[in-house]
Amino acid sequence: MSNHISDETIEYVGILAQLDLNEEEKVKAKEDMEQMLEYIDTLNELDTEGIEPKTHISDTTNVFREDVVTNGDGSDDVLANAPLKKDEYLSVPKTIG
Amino acid sequence: MSKQYETVIGLEVHVELATKTKIFCGCSTEFGGAPNTHTCPVCTGQPGSLPVLNKQVVEYAMAIGVATNCDITPICKFDRKNYFYPDNPQNYQISQLYLPIAHDGYVEIEINGKKKKVRIHEMHMEEDAGKLIHDEWTNSSLVDYNRSGVPLVEIVSEPDMRNADEVMAYLEKLRLIIQYLGASDAKLHEGSMRADVNLSVREVGTEEFGTRTEMKNLNSFKAIARAIEGETKRQIELIEDGRKVVQETRRWDDNKESSHAMRSKEDAKDYRYFPEPDLVPISISKEWISEIKEKQPELREEKLARYKEEFEIPKYDAEILTGSKHLADIFEETTKLSGKPKKVSNWLMVEGLRLVKENNMEMEDIHFKPASLAIIIDLVDKGEINNQVAKEVFELVFKEDIDPEKYIEEKGLKSVNDTDELKKVVEEIIANNPKSVEDYHNGKEKAIGFLVGQTMKAMKGKANPGIVNKLLKELL
Repeated sequence: MSNHISDETIEYVGILAQLDLNEEEKVKAKEDMEQMLEYIDTLNELDTEGIEPKTHISDTTNVFREDVVTNGDGSDDVLANAPLKKDEYLSVPKTIG
Repeated sequence: MSKQYETVIGLEVHVELATKTKIFCGCSTEFGGAPNTHTCPVCTGQPGSLPVLNKQVVEYAMAIGVATNCDITPICKFDRKNYFYPDNPQNYQISQLYLPIAHDGYVEIEINGKKKKVRIHEMHMEEDAGKLIHDEWTNSSLVDYNRSGVPLVEIVSEPDMRNADEVMAYLEKLRLIIQYLGASDAKLHEGSMRADVNLSVREVGTEEFGTRTEMKNLNSFKAIARAIEGETKRQIELIEDGRKVVQETRRWDDNKESSHAMRSKEDAKDYRYFPEPDLVPISISKEWISEIKEKQPELREEKLARYKEEFEIPKYDAEILTGSKHLADIFEETTKLSGKPKKVSNWLMVEGLRLVKENNMEMEDIHFKPASLAIIIDLVDKGEINNQVAKEVFELVFKEDIDPEKYIEEKGLKSVNDTDELKKVVEEIIANNPKSVEDYHNGKEKAIGFLVGQTMKAMKGKANPGIVNKLLKELL
C-alpha cells in the first residue's frame, strides 16, 4: 500500500488529538487513515491546472454584524452544561498556565 | 568572551481591539463582569452555534494595517488553529494563517537621532482565549470565558531589532499608532497589548540566523528589557559551552529574572490549520481602504509637527504631550478654551506631571475638566488669584475635579489687590520686624523677601505678591 501509516505517526496523531488508543484501536485507526489518504490520492488524479483554490462552496463574501451588544448574561446556560463547576466558574483538572 | 555576538529579535505583538462586542458574537467585551456573564453559545464553543464577524474588527485591523504601511489583502479569510486547552472551549482558535488581513509593512523608529525601519511581516485577526485561575483549595483550574472571543490583532515583525532599546522604541511606536487610531488602549501592564519575543544570537558578521527561542509572559517594558538581556546571555553561554540552543517556547519569570522551557500545549507544533468553514471570506475593495484612510485621525508624528508650528512650545514638551493621545486631547481642549497654549503646556508639564508621578498614575487616568484649568489660568492672568492659590486649586481640580470658581469663592481665596488694605498690613509687618528692616537698609536686598513672606502669611496667602513687593519698597 502506498499510504503506509507508521506506528510513530499514529502515536503522534493520537497525542495531538488527545486520544488514548489501545493497540487494537491503533490498528483500526491506521487502516482508517490509510483509506482517507487513498481517497485524497484519487482526488489528486484530477487535473486542476488553472483552477483557483476554493475554500468555500458559496461565493458569498463579507457577512458582518455591527458592533452592538445583543447578548445578555449567559452564565446560567453555560454553567448548566459544565460537568464540574465551582461558584461562577467552570472547574477543570489543574492546568499550568 | 573572545567572540562578538549580536542579538536578533523579532516581535509578535497581540493587541486587544476596543470594540464593544466580541469578534464573532454580540457578547460585551467590557472588563470587570462577574465570571462567565459575558458568554453565549458562540464564544463557549457550543455545537451548532455559528460565528458572525464583527465589522468593526475588520475596520480597526485595516486602520492599523494602513497606519503601519502594510498592504491590505484584497481577499482574506479565517483558519482554524487546533489545540486542546481549557481556556479554548472550541478546541480550536479562529485565526488567520494563509491569508492574513495585512502584510509587508513597516514602522520607523528613532534611536539617538538615528532612524531605522522595522518591517512588519504580517498582521492577522483572531480571537482571545478565556482566563484560567488556579484554585489552591481544590487543586483544580477555574475557567472564566468572559475574555473568550474578544478580538485581537497579532502583529508579527521581521527579525529587524538588535537590542532592547530598539524593541522598546518599536513597541512604543505601535502603542502610539494604535492608541491614536482609537483601535485599542494598548496597555502592556493591563494586557491589552502583549508581546512575545523571538530571539536568537549569532556571531557578528554572520549572515545566517541562530536558532531562536520564543519568550512569553512579558507584561511590562522593564520585563521585556530584562528578558532580552537574560535570554541573550543564556544563549551565548550555551554556544560558548559548545552546546546547542533548542528551538522552544520559554516562559519569563520576572521575579526570578530567568526563563524556563514551557511544556504541554506549546509542544504541539502541529496545529493542523485548515480554512474556517463557518466564516465566509472577506473581500476588501480599494474604495473601502480609501474610506478607512479618509477616516484616519491625525497620528502622533503629524500632531507633533503641528504643535511645533502652531503653539511654539518646546520640542520636549510637545513630545511628552503627544506621547499620550489622552494628554494631547486635554492640552488641545484647554488651549481651545483659554487661547494660551504655552501656559496650558506649562501647567500640564509641571503641575500635571508632578501629580501623575506622585499618585502613581498613567496619563490615561487624568480626569478633570479642561475648562477648569482654563479658568485657573485666566484667574491668575487677571491677578485674581496668585500662583500659590492657583497650584492649590489645580491640585484639587486634578484630584477631585472640583469647580475652581466655586471653591475659590467659598474659601475666600481671591487675591487682595486693594492697596489701602494691604498697606495697613505691610506697615504692621515693618513695625514688627525692625531687624529685617535694618538689614534691608544696610544693603541686604534679600531681607525684603522675608518681609514679603511675613506679609503673605499675615494675609493667609491671598495677597498679590507683586503689589506687596511694591508697597514694601515704597514704605521702606
